[in-house]
Amino acid sequence: MAQTVFAPWDDPQAKPLIQFKNVTKRFGDFTAIENLTQDIYEREFFSLLGPSGCGKTTLMRMLAGFENVTEGQILIAGQDMAHVPPNKRAVNMMFQSYALFPHLSVWENIAFGLKREGKPKAEIEARVDEMLRLTRLVKFAKRKPHQISGGQRQRVALARSLAKAPKLLLLDEPLGALDKKLRQDTQFELMDIQEKTGTTFVIVTHDQEEAMTVSSRVAVMDEGRIIQVATPAQIYEAPNSVYVADFIGDVNIIDGIATRDGDGYRITWAEGQDPFIAKTQNSFADGQRCHLAIRPEKVAILAERPDDSANAIEGQIIDIAYLGNISTYHVKLVNGQMIKAQAANTRRLSRRTFTWEDRVWLSWTDTAAVVLER
Amino acid sequence: MRRFILIAVPYLWLMALFLVPFLIVLKISLSDIALSIPPYTPQLDLTEGWSGIKAFLSQLDFENFTFLTQDPLYWRAYVSSLQIALISTVLTLLVGYPIAYAMAQAPDEWRATLLLLVILPFWTSFLIRVYSWIGILSNEGFLNQFLLWTGIISTPLTILNTNTAVYIGIVYTYLPFMILPIYSALEKMDGSLLEAAEDLGCSRLSAFWLVTVPLSKAGIVAGCFLVFIPALGEFVIPSLLGGSDTLMIGKVLWEEFFSNRDWPVASAVAVILLLILVVPIVLFQRNEQKQRELDQ
Amino acid sequence: MRRFSWFNATSLTVGFAFLYLPMLILIIYSFNESRLVTVWAGFSTQWYGSLLQNQSFLDAAWVTIQVAVASSTIATILGTMGAYVLVRGGRFMGRTLFSGMIYAPLVMPEVITGLSLLLLFIGIGLDRGIFTVVLAHTTFSMCFVSVVVSSRLVSFDKSLEEAALDLGCSPFDAFRLVTLPIIAPAVISGWLLAFTLSLDDLVIASFTAGPSATTLPIRIFSAVRMGVSPEINALSTIMIAIVTVGVVTASIISKRSSLAQQRDEQAAARAT
Repeated sequence: MAQTVFAPWDDPQAKPLIQFKNVTKRFGDFTAIENLTQDIYEREFFSLLGPSGCGKTTLMRMLAGFENVTEGQILIAGQDMAHVPPNKRAVNMMFQSYALFPHLSVWENIAFGLKREGKPKAEIEARVDEMLRLTRLVKFAKRKPHQISGGQRQRVALARSLAKAPKLLLLDEPLGALDKKLRQDTQFELMDIQEKTGTTFVIVTHDQEEAMTVSSRVAVMDEGRIIQVATPAQIYEAPNSVYVADFIGDVNIIDGIATRDGDGYRITWAEGQDPFIAKTQNSFADGQRCHLAIRPEKVAILAERPDDSANAIEGQIIDIAYLGNISTYHVKLVNGQMIKAQAANTRRLSRRTFTWEDRVWLSWTDTAAVVLER
Repeated sequence: MRRFILIAVPYLWLMALFLVPFLIVLKISLSDIALSIPPYTPQLDLTEGWSGIKAFLSQLDFENFTFLTQDPLYWRAYVSSLQIALISTVLTLLVGYPIAYAMAQAPDEWRATLLLLVILPFWTSFLIRVYSWIGILSNEGFLNQFLLWTGIISTPLTILNTNTAVYIGIVYTYLPFMILPIYSALEKMDGSLLEAAEDLGCSRLSAFWLVTVPLSKAGIVAGCFLVFIPALGEFVIPSLLGGSDTLMIGKVLWEEFFSNRDWPVASAVAVILLLILVVPIVLFQRNEQKQRELDQ
Repeated sequence: MRRFSWFNATSLTVGFAFLYLPMLILIIYSFNESRLVTVWAGFSTQWYGSLLQNQSFLDAAWVTIQVAVASSTIATILGTMGAYVLVRGGRFMGRTLFSGMIYAPLVMPEVITGLSLLLLFIGIGLDRGIFTVVLAHTTFSMCFVSVVVSSRLVSFDKSLEEAALDLGCSPFDAFRLVTLPIIAPAVISGWLLAFTLSLDDLVIASFTAGPSATTLPIRIFSAVRMGVSPEINALSTIMIAIVTVGVVTASIISKRSSLAQQRDEQAAARAT
């Protein structure tokens, strides 16, 4: 059985479920969203990632119908949402605070939306039971929200927003209130449920690890704009800007000047030092300022100068952060620039090769780094 | 030792000036009126020892209570007190809820001021606030002047010295007691609950009925008791704004005591009023208790 | 960024008009030239003059102030003790009865409290006067003080007291040096509440005062029974003015201090 890759955004025939068309949102003088255009496809798990105040929550609240669009259009399944109130949208939201009704039991909370539709009683009961099973809450059906744990409340909120089988589920920092261990377990549970129900999920988060784990695509936002939209792997391996590279994971940034050299560039970064060599799809004019972005785990740390590496540079170990599985070495180059390099701790601590103040060589290949304009 | 003093002082004070007076009322309500000072019999004479106590106990009876059940005046006073307290509680709720709701919805920078405006009348004299309505409600008062001027009525309405004036007085003076608990219940409410209700298909109005009202229930109940309980025993409002046919038990008790000087009957009236009040007071305490447990 | 909706703005306007118009009318007509209270005849302060000449009002006011100061001070001491016993006293014999006696007077009709106290005073042969009114007012207002103070005591962290004990304070010192400063705002508002309740009380004072001690509410009540009079309007205006100035000042002070605290906290947060 051949598995096709899920990538409707690469298919020109695919019809998007959600379309933002030149959407702008202003609160008084403050522009929360600026001229944003973006498509989201059915069955996607789409993350909006960014620091607080970047507009991600506003974007989501516009989808739910709690905020009006100042300019532009939002279409869901081809229909303009401009004058559709929240209660008439086939969109449900899971709130950051969960917003469980404290006066209703778990069962009644989940049934709340179904009852508003005026469905027959038997149908409601069947659907609620299905949701309780899906979220493993059957035992807690009669409890009130304050009588269950945080993780269980999170699942009630999820069950309640999924009960009406919405076309689109919005999740506002759904795991923010959970501790780290529980959060990781719940991420997989969320993915599992998303797959089972086939619902389109749009999730708002400021936790890059969470976005990377769960999403089909991640949109990195800053100051009301989407900076980059791509799959987690692309975002990590090929960020389109220093902002994205820096926001997702750890990165070394080296400023320099680009000069064309064959199918790559030579990047002059310090006087009297050999330039770095990097291949990239981005094009630069000769003499243009650029930034070399390189992930610490792609920098090898060696005792001797390697013979065949595209880039090699000597430095001194200033600091070592021991993280168990890996260690991060902070290496100072001749011009004072600090470079982080990671090495897996395959040997026991006592037999570690490098220690403080050692002089070492750092090296990376010509495809390891990304060259960015800004 | 210090702990003992700390407990004993307020304890004994309340015993002597709250509990004991109460027992005296109970005892006198079982006694008979007499032309003496004090004007009731029997008197407990402890100098005679055990036989004195026995003689004293044998003379106590429920005659005053029998009298209360037989004279329709008292029955009607109790019933009409309950009725007036109930109607004015409902009216206060109807007036107070929208105000509390609007306050809870108000912009943050307005809240403190609005709260102050609600509390301020509570600190001003109760008597003066009741008094201020006499000039408004009388036949040539401001309300009638205004209504005549606008042409809504052609002859002055008689409001002062009727039950209507009593309702207005109770609503006016007890309004802060209704607003404050409802406001504090509504203010605690998480705004995202309403958004969640709308998101799940409620209209604004049904979200109000299904979420806001149930969640402010504790406040509503507390507010209603805080109005109902004092309104039932109210004396100042019916005697200043009510008419001669406004029967309220507080007024009856006052007149029985000061005008008729029938202390045993006044005491019996008080005992029964208290028995009636026990029910709402216990319910009120339960409500508060439940609320405290939920808050923890 | 919330705004007033049309509905909310209307209900606030109507609601506050209802609360304040009667008092406003009262104040305006205290400056009326005419003796007829409902007909405007020009501006005059003559009723304030005649009020200040009226010895019976002045005497009553003096009695009221004496009673209020004495009763609210005793009530604050007793009420704070009561609150402390309720919240921190642990278990002791008759605790339920004690908390019952603290809460019951709050909901007791004034006529019953007044009647029962009067019967007690007569029973033990105590002559009625200022002293008996003070006793009566202390008893019911100490319960209000207890409730106000105990709500503050409940919310404050017990470990502060324990820290004081740990650092070598005796229980009394711990109360004096740690607990009292923290609950001070509640104690002060308890005193103010007790003071106002005493100033305001008509019914209990009428039962317990006797002919020798006429308080201001008793004096006003007997005047008001005769109908509206401009002197009472003038007196009411003075009382409303005092209360308004007091409450507004208190709220400004508390707002200032909370703002100052906020500023300090922000400055401290920036400094770290």
